[in-house]
Amino acid sequence: MKSVRIGAGLGFYGDSWRPVRASVESGNVQYIASDHLAELTLAILQKDRQKDPSAGYTRDVVPMLLELWPLAAERGVKFVMNAGGLNPHGARDAVARAFKEKGYTAKIAVVTGDSISERIDELQAGGETLAHLDTAADIATVRDRIVFANAYLGAAPIAEALAQGADIVITGRVADAALSLGPIMHELGWRWDDWEKLAQGLTVGHLLECSGQATGGNFGSAGEWAKVQNFVGLGYPIAEVSEDGTAVVTKAPGTGGRVTFDTLRQQLLYEVHNPHAYYSPDVVLDMGTLNFDDRGNDSVRITGATGAKRPDTLKVVAGYHDGWMGTGMIGFSWPDAYLKCETAVNIIKGLMEERGWKPDEINAEYIGYNSLLGANADPAQRDNLNECFIRMTIRTTDKRMADGFGRLFPWLGLSGPPYVGGFKGVQGAKELLGLWPTLVRREAIEPRVAIDVEAIA
Amino acid sequence: MKVGLWKIAHARSGDKADRADIGLFAYDAPTYAVLKREVTRERLAVHFADICKGPVELYPLDNLLALKIVLNAALQGGAARSLRMDNLGKSVAAQLLRMEIEAPADLPRLARA
Repeated sequence: MKSVRIGAGLGFYGDSWRPVRASVESGNVQYIASDHLAELTLAILQKDRQKDPSAGYTRDVVPMLLELWPLAAERGVKFVMNAGGLNPHGARDAVARAFKEKGYTAKIAVVTGDSISERIDELQAGGETLAHLDTAADIATVRDRIVFANAYLGAAPIAEALAQGADIVITGRVADAALSLGPIMHELGWRWDDWEKLAQGLTVGHLLECSGQATGGNFGSAGEWAKVQNFVGLGYPIAEVSEDGTAVVTKAPGTGGRVTFDTLRQQLLYEVHNPHAYYSPDVVLDMGTLNFDDRGNDSVRITGATGAKRPDTLKVVAGYHDGWMGTGMIGFSWPDAYLKCETAVNIIKGLMEERGWKPDEINAEYIGYNSLLGANADPAQRDNLNECFIRMTIRTTDKRMADGFGRLFPWLGLSGPPYVGGFKGVQGAKELLGLWPTLVRREAIEPRVAIDVEAIA
Repeated sequence: MKVGLWKIAHARSGDKADRADIGLFAYDAPTYAVLKREVTRERLAVHFADICKGPVELYPLDNLLALKIVLNAALQGGAARSLRMDNLGKSVAAQLLRMEIEAPADLPRLARA
């Protein structure tokens, strides 16, 4: 029976491609599906592009391919990556320049058509409301503050680019799982309305899209996480999908980490809402019928996904400017570490009052006590801490206030509670972004999707 | 007897816009039956009252011995707008594991310990 083997690439912009090498060299993969775009990454890329119009893609794509392409080309391994971000052609051009310098050759495809930030008026004129998906709010309330807006494209343009002979496919925003589903559809030739098989493919793509999270990384637990062997050599997941839809998830031999029922079900439900209706542009997956058969030796067989017809709309996420954050932080040693932090908070609040500063929100977190556990921190530990850091943040529409906030803290060094440490400079204002999820009819997006294949020689 | 979830289950959390979501997983089938009975929407709403400003959704998945939990309006508008140290809600699952529930003492996982 025909099958295809896909290895996970990155799980976010900033992730390591070191483990990808093992998948290429000894994992027997045909494709690497590399996810560079978290929900917020486009906001970071927008800032890059404002400074330099040729930027706006994830810069890791160049060093990653320079290191891995010679190994991959030798073995016929292809790459599918959403590293194009807001500027897929810019990413292609940067890779092409670097490849030419090294004498590497490849056929590179670019997929575009996901960005709608320049099309908002046109889409509204065509009947799209672009109302907020959860609150139904009118987009007019944020319209002039939008910094990016992109639709999540599906697997079809990726499969098409591969059919046109691409070795490397660079996209902008696509559904994360489409990076795997594209090559699966291309290789196995499933029908685009075979919902059960598409649901199996979507499951695989979702398991691979967060790299090490499927192989024992971030294994959320008390104690069990420490049983994961060899974090340094952690392998990324590899999936082998057969023509009949059956999939096996594993990792390259000799790599660290583990692939088990436990590591895979944690990743399966990660960032999923209703598990009986997990939406993608290509199919709606019901996870309630999946069967994960852990066969030992880092091999789990996956069957039983249920699929329903793909939605008539595509999801769009826009980001909009939503004020500024000011930050200040300082640490105190025992004795009375918590109490001294609390005193520092009151001093800072007093200084703000003196200046007439009224931020929209003030947030104080006690690092070493409750900055991650919040209200579920154990209060019994509060008054006996070895040390504690106070981190204060404010939200304001006034950039100068956010900039000045951090400058209130150095004074505490000589004129506040004793035994301070860890003050490492003043942080300036940070721009805050709100996210605007909405839906757009496919017909308004898909005719604009374009595939541009170029041979780099 | 009162048992902390950290002793009998594992959990991972993530974010999407203003929602925090958690997968809670029993290590074995008898424990899953207890989780399904004890970890209710009402209890979750109380446990996360400090951060969750919208409704709690809860989906049991018998095939995975898992509960999927969604906390709406729990991330101060989303990771890029949040003032919190844990703006991505990655430790929300740790907060859940601190919950204590009523469980029989002979659960496999407890007997083993």
